[in-house]
Amino acid sequence: MSSVQIRDVRKSFGTFEVLHGVSIPIEDGEFVVLVGPSGCGKSTLLRMLAGLENITSGTISIGDRVVNNVQPKERDIAMVFQNYALYPHMTVADNMGFSLKLRGARQEEISSRVNRAAEILALTPLLERYPRQLSGGQRQRVAMGRAIVRDPQVFLFDEPLSNLDAKLRVAMRTEIKELHQRLKTTTVYVTHDQIEAMTMADKIVVMHDGIVEQMGTPLELYDKPDNQFVAGFIGSPAMNFLKGKLKVNGAATFEGPNGIKLPLKTVPGNSDGRPVVYGVRPEHFTIADDGAEAEIVVVEPTGSETQVFAKLGGEQVVAVFRERHQFSPGDKVRLRPDPTLVHLFDETTGKRMNA
Amino acid sequence: MIEGSAWRRWVFFRLPMGIFLIFLLFPFYWMIITTFRPDGELYIPWYRATYKPFWTWNPTTAHLKYLFGETTFAIWMWNTTFIAVVSTAISLFCGVLAGYALSRLNFKGAALLGTTIFVTYLVPQTLLFIPLSEIIRTYSLGDTPWSLILSYPTFLIPFCTWLMMGYFKSVPKELEECARIDGAARWQAMLYIVIPVAVPGILSAMIFAFTLSWNEFIYALVFLSSPEQKTVPVGVISELVRGDVFFWGPLMAGALFGSIPVAIAYSFFVEHYVSGVTGSVKG
Repeated sequence: MSSVQIRDVRKSFGTFEVLHGVSIPIEDGEFVVLVGPSGCGKSTLLRMLAGLENITSGTISIGDRVVNNVQPKERDIAMVFQNYALYPHMTVADNMGFSLKLRGARQEEISSRVNRAAEILALTPLLERYPRQLSGGQRQRVAMGRAIVRDPQVFLFDEPLSNLDAKLRVAMRTEIKELHQRLKTTTVYVTHDQIEAMTMADKIVVMHDGIVEQMGTPLELYDKPDNQFVAGFIGSPAMNFLKGKLKVNGAATFEGPNGIKLPLKTVPGNSDGRPVVYGVRPEHFTIADDGAEAEIVVVEPTGSETQVFAKLGGEQVVAVFRERHQFSPGDKVRLRPDPTLVHLFDETTGKRMNA
Repeated sequence: MIEGSAWRRWVFFRLPMGIFLIFLLFPFYWMIITTFRPDGELYIPWYRATYKPFWTWNPTTAHLKYLFGETTFAIWMWNTTFIAVVSTAISLFCGVLAGYALSRLNFKGAALLGTTIFVTYLVPQTLLFIPLSEIIRTYSLGDTPWSLILSYPTFLIPFCTWLMMGYFKSVPKELEECARIDGAARWQAMLYIVIPVAVPGILSAMIFAFTLSWNEFIYALVFLSSPEQKTVPVGVISELVRGDVFFWGPLMAGALFGSIPVAIAYSFFVEHYVSGVTGSVKG
């Protein structure tokens, strides 16, 4: 186990820069998830950490050692690939023991470590099978087994669950988290799925267009997004955004599209008339007499909660209620955002304005 | 398979398939029947009442006895086998390494080099034998098996390289990356992971290369002169066609025995070969 330091790392392919100076400190034993839309550079960063891409500038260190010019095989890391990359001509046991064999370990040691890993992942009955004889979930577990057999400094996961069906994905998510709690190996996990990031991470790094937008614990990111991008990326259904102006004469209010007025608790000083983006999470709406009038468009019950799509000042917003309101399309309701939980972003920079 | 009623299967599948098979297999049938037909039946005009081209009631082994007794056919077989095996081995070794390098190492000019190699394959042998025979003479290799063992790779290496380049491209890059993270150096990743996975492709390259050198005619005709150095295709033609006299019986017997090893090689590897041509690597 080891800490990992990524300092001001840049990556260019030819003249095209894909990472514009990324710094991420990763503590020993931490589970860090890199999340972002496709093309944000998260996989490239992981591949640089693995040694599969070279580093244009900046440094990456594992433990106390700068690894910029260290070959992948010398980095003492293990990686799980999206397509598992199991060696098709080897049995499960040989797949898992390959790295130990390369290191010249004795046969008894290899089989005892493979057996221990197989036990942890419930792979013991499958050890003599070939990858083509396994289901998707089993292949996924073999890929993880191959990683844990080595007891490396760092685990790297590159979207390991995207090839599984929805149910299996949820199960494997829990399994990976449990494995991490048990082994406490430093882990860097790349995904585009914010639910995976939220559920598994100790620390989430949100990336966008080659920069880090925000780093923090899942709930920090959810409760206090630094900017509009993070606010919109984290959370499902996504946060509602309304464009408008601040009014600070008397009680602070937000004046939205078509003159609707929404409540605010505090506003930054000298901001009367300033153009802002008002953000509300769907679950922070309540039905109240002093709310703004909205017209219901679609109602989607999921059982545990109900998603309601409505027109608020001409803009479509989504609200989530745990109570079972009897709504039907066309109904007029009064929606009131909880003023202590709303987010304000600068309209031009997208930066968070309220504390 | 064709779906639907029985007549559809007959009209669209079995009948065309049958016609195709007869068309393809007829030369083999003709070769076999001529091998065992006595001379008296072979050389009668077609308008005689006794002319029965498709069958014989008097099979004979006289042609086989002539082929193995009066000519050096056994030596030709040995020469052909030796030359084909050695030149295939050389070409496969070079082709696999070159194919790997050109498809995976991403060095500057790799694409250009790949195309150049392919272009050399396109130069017709009927032109290339002229400069090659000059080289063969300079190194005093004429009339030895080495003249062919060293000149066959001029077309076999480009061929194997191209086939292997295509196959290596179908092997997922992650397999190799994973091996390198697992602690393998580049050559270990190639030797333990990429090459074993590419075995179907290597086998197809091997079968093609072996067949090409087994059947090769022009270089063998030009570079070899004494009867005991010849290969089967050249030996059969030069020793069993004298002037305008065709010794059809022994000629067909030679063709039959000359095609048996290739047929065995094909059927032995056919399963791997088919999956090689269709390129099946599943993760």
